[in-house]
Formats: sequence, structure tokens, C-alpha cells
Amino acid sequence: MITLGHMLTLSAVLFAISVAGIFLNRKNVLLLLMCIELLLLAANFNFVAFSRYLGQLDGQIFVFFVLTVAAAESAIGLAILVVLFRERRSINVEELNRLQG
Amino acid sequence: MNPHLLLAIPVLPLLAALLAGLAGKAIGRAGAAAVTIGAVAASCVLSCVVLEQLLVEHVPAFDGTVYGWLVSDGVRMQVGFLVDHLSALMMVVVTFVSLCVHVYTIGYMHDDPGFQRFFSYISLFTFSMLMLVMSNNFMQLFFGWEAVGVVSYLLIGFWYTRPSAVFANLKAFLVNRVGDFGFVLGIAGVLYYTGSLDYRDAFAAAPDIAAKSMTLFQGHGWSALTLICICLFIGAMGKSAQMPLHVWLPDSMEGPTPISALIHAATMVTAGIFMVARMSPLFEYSDAALSFVLVIGATTALFMGFLGIVNDDIKRVIAYSTLSQLGYMTVALGVSGYSVAIFHLMTHAFFKALLFLAAGAVIIAMHHEQDMRKMGGLRRRMPVTYWTSMIGALALIGTPFFSGFYSKDALIEAVHASTRYGAGYAYLCVLAGVFVTALYTFRMMFLTFHGEERLDHHAQEHFHDVGWDMKAPLVALAIPSLIIGYLTVQPILFGGYFGEAIKVLQAHDVVGEIGREFHGPAAFALHGLLPGPAWLAALGVYTAWLFVLKHPEWGADVRRRAGWFYRLLVNKYYFDWFNENVLARIGRGLGIVLWRGGDQALIDGAVVNGSARMVGWLAGVTRRLQSGFLYSYAFWMIIGLAALLGWFLYGI
Repeated sequence: MITLGHMLTLSAVLFAISVAGIFLNRKNVLLLLMCIELLLLAANFNFVAFSRYLGQLDGQIFVFFVLTVAAAESAIGLAILVVLFRERRSINVEELNRLQG
Repeated sequence: MNPHLLLAIPVLPLLAALLAGLAGKAIGRAGAAAVTIGAVAASCVLSCVVLEQLLVEHVPAFDGTVYGWLVSDGVRMQVGFLVDHLSALMMVVVTFVSLCVHVYTIGYMHDDPGFQRFFSYISLFTFSMLMLVMSNNFMQLFFGWEAVGVVSYLLIGFWYTRPSAVFANLKAFLVNRVGDFGFVLGIAGVLYYTGSLDYRDAFAAAPDIAAKSMTLFQGHGWSALTLICICLFIGAMGKSAQMPLHVWLPDSMEGPTPISALIHAATMVTAGIFMVARMSPLFEYSDAALSFVLVIGATTALFMGFLGIVNDDIKRVIAYSTLSQLGYMTVALGVSGYSVAIFHLMTHAFFKALLFLAAGAVIIAMHHEQDMRKMGGLRRRMPVTYWTSMIGALALIGTPFFSGFYSKDALIEAVHASTRYGAGYAYLCVLAGVFVTALYTFRMMFLTFHGEERLDHHAQEHFHDVGWDMKAPLVALAIPSLIIGYLTVQPILFGGYFGEAIKVLQAHDVVGEIGREFHGPAAFALHGLLPGPAWLAALGVYTAWLFVLKHPEWGADVRRRAGWFYRLLVNKYYFDWFNENVLARIGRGLGIVLWRGGDQALIDGAVVNGSARMVGWLAGVTRRLQSGFLYSYAFWMIIGLAALLGWFLYGI
């Protein structure tokens, strides 16, 4: 039997993987974007799990919103990425430090 | 009395000063002179009207407020006038001398580029002095007191391109600050004990304050009134140039001569004397304070006179004479002879202004030469100046029937009659002072006007006698110098002229005591011919004649034999040396320590620049966190999130 605990554990594992991906990835901005997507999915998984557990649909409706926003966000993120690449001829994270104060 | 009329007396010169000062270019030289002279003449006439109302029509004295400035915690600060016999007399003297000086200035400053500015200043001075004498409260008194100080500063430094003038005006200002500090403390004491700045309340409370005692140091109680009076008198010492705060007055001769006459002889320096006379209801209850006044005055009267003997600058001789005469007035105050002091103030104002203006005429005629050794024999070249200044000199040394005789002889008699502590010393000082006064006065007269001419080539060539615009004021001042004493000695001293304005306790009434032997002014003068001060004066004149005209070579001989004494006099008792090398050096040292240590190190270094450097250092540390890498930001976000979560869950 799959309990709520199992689902939450999976969600936490997904979240941890994506966070680790954000820190540890030093090479590719594309991977960063994918990690963010994964992060959002982990959150979505929590929503769905609780929705089922509590027998309410609210959580699943939220998931739709989140997915929509995530899609829009990744579209914008990829567009920025393209511009960035044109500008700097690189998508290496190590080189993208122009925010430095 | 009509308050509007009273208000017009000081305000007219103020308006004229503003007009001549701010619109001097527009109205021109003649305009500035006309406006200010007109205003001061109007003030003079109005003052005479006020005096006439008091004397002839017996209008009661005016004491009231014309403008309330502010009320703070129940203390009223206001512009108010107290016009009684004392202030009315002062108003007439001030405006009359001021008018003479205004007229004289036309000639004296004729070719000076600061013509309008000068007229503006002297009118402003007249306004300040009138505010001082007409005041009915301490606030306004202090305003006038400081205002005359400021104008004096401006006028001593009138020729502001001369370093010596700038040094002198700074010195005058600083020395006066010392006195004013005491003055402010005195006013604060009055306010503390009465809660009011009005003369009326302070005078009414005087006996009560006298009974109180104030602890300055542990275990030493002082009479509060004595302390207040001494503080007030320290203010008077600054303004009236009493030892040891006299050092500014001789230096103030750097200013133009009309100013020496108006401010540093006839009016401003007498503010201290006037103030003490005005405060007689306070001073009367403090014997200790009056003894202090007496000793300071006596010392000034004699020892400043000595300095007049060794000076060769014609204006400085008269300046030291002024110091000495102010000492005489202070002595009179010290023996409770307030009316004698004011009487001497009045006669002195006339003959001293006359002497200064005559000296100014000589200086102009000699083409700005002030050294008496280069004069001589001017009697024939400028007869009007000679005769008028002879009247002034005779009045100054106290020749019977001249105005100075009446005031000085009454003063000496009053000191003689007094039993106050220090009166014996004061009597010796004023008696010896008579001889000294005659000696330096006639040394100056003989050196300047008699003997053979010692003019140098430059002066010979440019010599020209002054015009009537400068001679007329001399004559106008010579007349009162001659007769005012004869006319007014009886009413002012013995006729109860001052009435309520001056308060003398029965036990201190030395003037009343000498009044019992008074049988009219002529008899008084004839009595003066008996052995006494007049003989001393004659001896002084004879000595001056011996040393200057008969045996000029004696002077060098005496200088050689009494070398140390001569050096002491030439160095002015080392007061200037002491001030410059000890007090000023301590002040500068303290200033440097505070500047380097307090300002530069502590405030600039630690507080201002230190806090800026602190912010910079903090920013330098935190900017290392801003690596610009996305993953480090994310890392810090996660750490923050974890920390917050931990805080919420476990309440760490």
C-alpha cells in the first residue's frame, strides 16, 4: 500500500535532487532551468498527494496553475538563454557572474 | 510723557543709519551727512524737550513698555523706557556730543572713501547708546551694551586695511567679552533671585537679596547681592576700561579721531559708570561691592595717569587721560557719590570730546601726524583750536570756575568725607591724580602749541588750518566746558536733582555731607583757591612748564636716573605683555589642543570619518558575498530557508 508518507518522501527526494542540481551544476544554464522545473514538479507532487489524502480537489487545481506558470517561465527562461548565448557565446555558469557587486 | 516721542529719540538715528548705510551710494556724500545730522539733531532737540518737561513742567518720570518682544516662562523681554532725571541728562549729553561729532566729521572725513559708511556707523552708535541709557530692563540694557560694543568694533577697525587697526578692534572686542561675561552672570543673578528683568522689580527686591547668601565654594557663603553687584561691575570694568580690563582703550585710538571723541571719551566708555549709577539701589546694599569698585577706580585713576606722562602720541595721551578720569568717576561711585560721578561724567564728556576734536584738528592740519615731538608752536598757526583746547585742558585739570573743577573738587571732597573701607587709599590716589593730570595735560599742551616749531619738511609744506566745519563743534563744546559746571553744580549735586533716580542710604550720604558746606558755586570756586587740589594742579602745570619749555634737557636726565620706572611706564605696566604672552598663549595652547585632539582626532577622526570608514569596511565585507553566481545565491536562499524552518519547528 502506498501511503502519504511514501509520496512525501518521493517529493522530498525530488526536491533534494533538484536543489543539489542547482548548486552542483557549474557548467550549463540549461541544466539549471531543468532543475527548476524539477523543483516545481516536486512541489506539485506534494499538492497532488495532499489533495488525494484529504479528498479535496483544490490542490490539483493549483497544480494546473503551477504547470502553466512553469511552462511560461521556462519559455521566458529559454528565450533569455538564447539572448544570453548570442551575447556571450557561452552558457557556462562559471562565467556568468555579472551580478557581482 | 508721550511714548511715541520717546520712541522717536532712538529710532530716528537708527533710520538715518540704515539709510546712510544701505543707500549710501544713492543719496551721495552730502545726502548721507544731511540725513544723519538731521536725525541726530532732531534727537537732540527731543531730548532737550524731555529734559525740559521733567525740569520745568515737573512731568513725572516715564517708566513703561513700548513693545513686548516675548514671554518665556513668565520672564518678560520687552523694549521699555525709563526716562527720569538721570537718563534724560544722559540723553541730552549723548545726543549733543554726538551732534557735534557728526558736524565735525564732515570736515575730518572729507577725503575718505568710507564717508557714508562712517556716518552710518556713528548714527547707529547714537541709537545704541540711547537704547542703553533709556532702558527700563536688563534685557534692553544688555542689548544696548552689546550694540555699542559692536559699533565700537566696527569703528576702531574703520580703516580695515591697517593691520594695527584690525588688531586693535579685535583686542577691544575680546577684552570687552571678558567684562560682558561678568555682566551676563550679574543679570542672570538678578533674574534668578527676582524672576524678572525689570529694574523696578530688581530694585524693590534689593534688600531681600542682600539678606540671602550664596555658596560658591564649599563652606564659604557670600552675600548674593555682593556677588551680583561685583559681576555687574566687572561688566562696567570692561566697558569703562578699568584696570585690568583697560588695555583696549589706548589701542582704540587706531580709529578715526571723531570716534575717539564720541565713543572712547564721551559716551560709550561712560556706559559702565552710568550703569552703576542706575543700579544704585542694588549697589547701596553691598558695602563690599562698593569697596571693590572704589579700589579698582582709585588704582585706575592714578596709575593710568602716569602713563599719560610718557606718551608722545597726542591721541594716546588723551586716551590715558580718559582712563584716569573714568577712574575718578568709578571712585565717586565707590563712595556712594553717584550724583558726583554722573556730574563728572557730564562735564568730562564735554571737555574730553573737545580735547579729542581739537587733537583731531591738529592731526588733520599736520597731515596725519600724531607725534607731539614733531609739533610745537602751533598756537600761532591755529588760534581757535589752541584757545578751545586750552579751555578743555584747564577744565580737565580742575581750574576753579571751569566745569571740571566743580565735578572734580566735589568728587575729591566726597572721597575725603567717606568712611568706606579703602576710602583713605582712594583719597591719596585722587589727590596725587590731580597733580599727574595737570602734568600730562600741560605737557601735551606745551609740546603741541608752545615752544619752537619742530615740524618736519612734509608737514611744513602741507600745513593748512582746518575749516569752520571743524572749528564750530570745538566752539560749541568749549562753551559748556567753560560754564556748565558753574551753572549746574548746585541743582545736580545739592539740589536733589536726581530725586528718586538715584538711591543713597542715609549712612552713606557723602554728597549730602559736603553739601552742608556749600554756599553757591562762586564760593565753592573761591574755596578751591585755598591750599588743596587746585594748588596741586598748578604745581603740575609748573612742573610741565619746567620740563617741556624751560629745561627740555631735564626729561632725558630723569629718564636715565629712574630707568626702571620709566621702562615700567613705557611698557604700560606690562599688561599687554602679560596678556599677549601669558593669557593669549594659554588660550592659543588650549585652542591647539582642542583643535588637534578634540576636533581633528576625536570628532573628525573618530566620529565623522570613523563612522564613514566603518560603513565602508562593512560594505567591503558584505560585497564578498555578492559573487554574482546564481548557484551561490540559491545556496544562501536554501540555507536561509532551512534556518527559518528550523526556527519555526524547533524554536531554536
